[in-house]
Amino acid sequence: MTILTFTLILLGGAFLAGLLGSLTGLGGGVVIIPLLTLVFHTDIRYAIGTALIAAIATSSGSASAYVKEGITNIRLGMFLEIATTTGAVAGALLAVYMPTSVVAVIFGLVLIVSAVLSFWPKGNHLETTDKSQLAQQLRLNGQYPTPEGMVNYKVRHVPGGYLMMTLAGVLSGLLGIGSGALKVLAMDNMMKVPFKVSTTTSNFMIGVTAAASAVVYLQRGYIDPGLCLPVVLGVLAGALGGTKILAKANTRMLRVVFGVVITLLALQMIYNGVTGKL
Amino acid sequence: MKRLLSRKYWEDKDVEVLLGTLLRYGVILSSIVVFAGGIIYIIRHGHEMPEYRDFAGPNNRWDNLPAIMRGVFLGHGREIIQLGVVLLIATPIARILFSVFAFTVEKDYLYIVITLIVLGVILFSMLGGLGG
Repeated sequence: MTILTFTLILLGGAFLAGLLGSLTGLGGGVVIIPLLTLVFHTDIRYAIGTALIAAIATSSGSASAYVKEGITNIRLGMFLEIATTTGAVAGALLAVYMPTSVVAVIFGLVLIVSAVLSFWPKGNHLETTDKSQLAQQLRLNGQYPTPEGMVNYKVRHVPGGYLMMTLAGVLSGLLGIGSGALKVLAMDNMMKVPFKVSTTTSNFMIGVTAAASAVVYLQRGYIDPGLCLPVVLGVLAGALGGTKILAKANTRMLRVVFGVVITLLALQMIYNGVTGKL
Repeated sequence: MKRLLSRKYWEDKDVEVLLGTLLRYGVILSSIVVFAGGIIYIIRHGHEMPEYRDFAGPNNRWDNLPAIMRGVFLGHGREIIQLGVVLLIATPIARILFSVFAFTVEKDYLYIVITLIVLGVILFSMLGGLGG
């Protein structure tokens, strides 16, 4: 296979990854790593570097649409970015010392957890009583527009959410993924932020978190231009197409299929990691 | 200009829309650069074989900005792609810088400090010799 064929096939694969990633909310990066390692037999370190760049591209690309709706909690995002960026730097450092087979197994496990979480019923919390003094002092409470007008919401369990975000950052730096599912889990289930706000705030944070470990990866040679070329362009085009379809189609069936595919890929990654093939 | 410096302006949702626009232009610009570099790369190397099976470690042609810029001025495809990638990484960092400015105009000292901490962590990972 020449570089031309390789680039074109990967461009198509990245387009599909971006499309499915945005339709299911899992992000394009999670499919890029199995695609590169299992299908193209790329070293997992190149795959991780490339996926991280794809995560930044999709996060920044879709942020402009979200920010306009005015539901992103910028203060909450900024405060939690302290946790995710320190975690991401730690994760990127950890990646040097960890054998690639262990990284593959952890990736597989995180992928399965993310897939399961994306199917978990989303309760739409609305906490209106001020229970966290810390949230008040940090001015994390906010409001968001609903059909019934602006609604005020309060944030809870700030230290727990912060710790969870640190973990999300470590995984992001170690595996080259946006860890969007974990970020939403921290804000949604722990901090009781309304689902719409947590989803968009998580997306807002992914780019900054990924940038913190991307600068380390760049110096280490994980980020290869020959791979970034098809992946960045493909994932961006796919994500763009995904948001267009999302407005119209019923994605329930697609989500189920994608969830099954993701789980199979994850199992394959774990198997290859355990048998030392990655 | 007077409007830009007024506190009211920055408290508006306009700031957020501006942030979103900044991110979008960053992404558009970097895609164009990646695409341009990609054309050169494919024309010159399209017939060669891809080598990604084994990790080769840092490549001193594109693991630091000065080297990337040298390659860009020589018209090398892969360095131009990498410049696009660097622009993509720089986009969220630019957003942080922009937020420091926005919080300063709002006189929100707590969040100026929080934003500067985030910026500090990123600068540390950039310049702290973590490349190994």
